[in-house]
Parts: sequence; C-alpha cells; structure tokens
Amino acid sequence: MSDLTHLTISEARAKLRGKEISAAEITEAYLSAIDSANPVLNAYVTVTADKARDMAQASDARLAKGEGGALEGIPLGIKDLFATEGIHTQACSHVLDGFKPRYESTVTTNLWADGAVMLGKLNMDEFAMGSSNETSYYGPVINPWRRSRVDTVVMPTTHQGDGGFVSAGGTRTARTLDNAQLVPGGSSGGSASSVAAFLCAGATATDTGGSIRQPAALTGTVGIKPTYGRCSRWGIVAFASSLDQAGPIARDVRDAAILLKSMASVDPKDTTSVDLPVPDYEAAIGKPIKGMKVGIPKEYRVDGMPEDIEALWQQGIAWLKDAGAEIVDISLPHTKYALPAYYIVAPAEASSNLARYDGVRYGLRVPGKDIIDMYEKTRAAGFGREVKRRIMIGTYVLSAGYYDAYYLQAQKVRTLIKRDFENVFAAGVDVILTPATPSAAFGIADEDMASDPVKMYLNDIFTVTVNMAGLPGISVPAGLDGKGLPLGLQLIGRPFDEETLFQTAHVIEQAAGRFQPEKWW
Amino acid sequence: MSVDLQTVKRVAHLARIAVSEEDAQRMTGELNAILGFVEQLNEVDVTGVEPMTSVTPMEMKKRQDAVTDGNKAADIVANAPATDENFFLVPKVVE
Repeated sequence: MSDLTHLTISEARAKLRGKEISAAEITEAYLSAIDSANPVLNAYVTVTADKARDMAQASDARLAKGEGGALEGIPLGIKDLFATEGIHTQACSHVLDGFKPRYESTVTTNLWADGAVMLGKLNMDEFAMGSSNETSYYGPVINPWRRSRVDTVVMPTTHQGDGGFVSAGGTRTARTLDNAQLVPGGSSGGSASSVAAFLCAGATATDTGGSIRQPAALTGTVGIKPTYGRCSRWGIVAFASSLDQAGPIARDVRDAAILLKSMASVDPKDTTSVDLPVPDYEAAIGKPIKGMKVGIPKEYRVDGMPEDIEALWQQGIAWLKDAGAEIVDISLPHTKYALPAYYIVAPAEASSNLARYDGVRYGLRVPGKDIIDMYEKTRAAGFGREVKRRIMIGTYVLSAGYYDAYYLQAQKVRTLIKRDFENVFAAGVDVILTPATPSAAFGIADEDMASDPVKMYLNDIFTVTVNMAGLPGISVPAGLDGKGLPLGLQLIGRPFDEETLFQTAHVIEQAAGRFQPEKWW
Repeated sequence: MSVDLQTVKRVAHLARIAVSEEDAQRMTGELNAILGFVEQLNEVDVTGVEPMTSVTPMEMKKRQDAVTDGNKAADIVANAPATDENFFLVPKVVE
C-alpha cells in the first residue's frame, strides 16, 4: 500500500484512469501514512479522514463511469489559510479559535470540481508570517530532510559481509543521519513537509514574500507562485492583499503544472483576478528551450552566500546552456531594496487586514471591562509574537506623520523594482535564473534567527522581489549541499508566462534528477 | 527614525493590542531593529516616481449595482463568540 503514496500525480492519474488502482486505495494509503508520520512531522493540523473517504468513493464512482475530472481521486493537503466549508480554517492562529467557515475558497472549489480528494488542513506559520513554520499556534513542522555525514570506515579484514559496502581495499562509506531537527521553511511549511514526506500527492500553498518557493527549496519539492491575479484570492485568509498569491507545492514540475491548471481561474468574486483563459501548463513541459534568453542578475550574488549555492547556480546555468539557451548577464539594480520595502508594505497591509479579528464576529473572545478592553485583550491573547510585531510595524508606518516617509517611499521603490524587471524583459530576456534561498534548511529554534527578526526575514531575499513586482516564480530542486540537504533554483518569468517557467524548470529537473529524503520518521 | 517605549505603547493601543511593560520593552528593541533595516530605503532617489497602486495594470472590474446575495444571517453569525437572535453581542458601548 505504501507504494501508492510514492506515485506522482501524473502516475496516479494514469493508474486511476486505467482502473489499476482506486481512489479509495490511494486515499487509504495516504491516511495511513499520515497516521504514522504526523505525530513526528506535525504537518497536518486537521485530518479529514471521513470526508476524504467519502470524496474518494465519489471519485471511484465517476471514474467507473469514465467521467473523472482532471484530478479525479488525487489526495491533496490544503494549507490552513484556505477557507474550507465546515472544516478547521484558522491560518494556524489562536485568534481564529474554532472557526469553521460557511463557505469554500475559490481555489479549493476548483480542485474539488476537478475531482481531488481532501486529506486535511496543513500547518503553516501563523497568518503566513514566517520563514520557518515556527510561528504556528500548532507548533513547528519538522522537515523530513536531515543533515547527513559521510564517513569512510576502515574494515578489519576478518570482518566482512555485515551489509555495508565492502570495497576492495577493506573500507566502506557509511552515511549517518544527524538527529538535529530542521525547519521545512515557511510559511507553507506543512505543505512542503507533507509533499516531501509522501503525506499527500500535492498541496495548496500561498506566497506573499516567498512562502511557496522557500519551503519548496528547503524540502526538495517544486513550488510555483503564479503571477498576481492568476489564482483567485477569494476565501483565502488575507495577509498582504497586493502580494498574496496561491500556488501549488508538488513532487515534480509536471505535477505542479497539473495542480496550477486546476487552481487557477477567472473569478468575478476577486476584483484582482485577471480575465485571461488558463492555459494547459502541462503542454509546455518537454518543449525545447533552444534559443531562449536566460538572464543572470548580478545583484543576486550576495555577500556571505554559501559556496554550495553559488556552485548550484553555476550548474544551473551550465544545464540551460547545454540545452541550447542563451545566457545573458543582466542587472536588476533595485534588488537590495526589495526586502526593506516589503517589510513596510506587507506589515502595513497586514495591520489593516488583521483589524477584523476583534472577538466580535468569529474566533476567540477574551472578556474585558469595556469593548476596547475586550478588543485589546482578545488580540493580545489571540496573536502570536511575530504577528503582533508585524501589526505594530504596519500600524506605526501608517500612523499620522510617518505615512509619507515609510509607506509612500516604499511604494515608490516598488515601482522601481518592477521597472527593473520590465526593462530586462523588454530587452528580450525570456526568463531569469537565480538561487531560490540563501541557505539550506536550518535548525528548529535557531538562536541567531530567534534573537534578530531581520535575520529570519533575510531568508526571503531572493524571492521577495517577485512578489513586489507581481511576477511568476518557480522553485525547482537542483541538488544537495555538502550535508545532503536539498537546494533549489528559482526561475522568474514575464507576467502570465508560467508556461515558460514550467518548460525551463523541467529542463533543470531532467538534468538534476529528483530528490527524496531518507525515511527516518 | 527610532521608537521609544512611549511610542510603542501608543502604537499598541492604536493596534488594539494589550501589552505589558515587559512586552513593550521587548517590542521597542525589535521594532527599532526592523526600522533600522528599512532605513536604507531613504538612499533611493524617487524623484518623479509614482507610488505603485496596482501591481498588474488592469482596469477596475465593475458589476451591476444589484443585490446578488442575502438571507444568510444565520451563516454570518454562526462563528461569533456571542450572539442573540442573529445579532452580534458586545459589551455595552452606549451609557
């Protein structure tokens, strides 16, 4: 049974359609994998086993009649940020205690309409604010990847055949997994961890500053943040409305393309949903990239970047060159200002969006001596430290006397960041290649990051520019570092040109191979 | 620019978040670290640059000014901590 959880979505789709397996079987396989792994990895905050079984049964009935949809019978995990009718939806915050929406988000509605099966709701940083999944009210998610050490052991000649790799010279190499628990990245840490650990076939995620691409890179999975406006934001708990976008995390590029096709739509309920038909992303996979112009931005070569990441980037350039792409050096001069501008714009929008959590209409209420006291006590008890920090920053930068100095300045800088990309694309560049993150997965409760919020924010240094400019970006696994941890490369495309990202990411995937963690959980 | 303890308490009140003396002290340091980090934006020359108002150029969608939804009072109050006959209950606000 456990083999079924190792099928990609495209493999499972073929077997389901060919009636080699049933939706009920694959759903049971995932439920049983979650049962044994979740107490360790903490990727799910709610498992909807009964609903999953009902949906799988309905899928099998449709498949039997030959009426299966694009994702018929495929078991998925849903980030806790998506409203799911009658089911736990709390953005992993205490302030939404007990909230069960009476409506369904557009993205999940699209997935169920295509026949997907819901396994449960996935852990995440509270309100999607974080880069390590440690700010969740439900505790941190654990990365299924661990560091490993390769030792050469000299074997006594009399002792052989104990199962180790015995070489002619009497030595063997032993790979030892380190016990230290690592973060899966964030905010979509539950999505990334569950996909990497085979606890769902694919997952929904959201990305405001890197929350799909960074955890994908840290877990050896594929994550795409589509162009702003491609997926409807309706029914997704709002963090920073001008930056938030939904997208999938999947095990390979093709699966990400299949999922995005179903998630994306034109939605009259979201005024920023774009009126463009959703292309068949899967059709772009396998197309040659000969003659494609790939830009390499010099500003992404930052001080203190590990050698492994620089080497990975060079390797990625070489792969694309070998596939016939033309490599061009480019400059995006305002790159270094993207992160500071983000830390004004995102908290400003968050402080406004999160004003609705007041203990009146939903979620937690802590009584007070009057209504203001009730608001203040409810919000003090309901929000975690990182969320409070961002609401405070946002409130401050929007307060009288500071608006021009901070918010207006940041929005002007944002115009410049976007212009940098427009200039490069106007000069004929089709796609931009960068590292996805400045480091591999780090430890749970990393002291450096805990003591300085800005250090944690630096995780998003390569991804945040894409949100600021509203562009599509994909993170694709490209190799392992010296300690055996996965690293990702990022491709950035023109607005609504996700097809070029899938096409190019597939070339990298073909060259790099796929990566999966050694099972210890 | 940096914030002092008094400013942090004022901002917390604006944000309707109760803070203890200890919280406010800690937040002062954290907020100043973040404000110090964003300070570098001042070195960017933004003369003649329009602030971004829409990340993708698109026309504001409009719809008929007509009722398309309704009769959902029970759904709307379903998640409220305190209600009475489809009204939200709050502490007394008018003496």
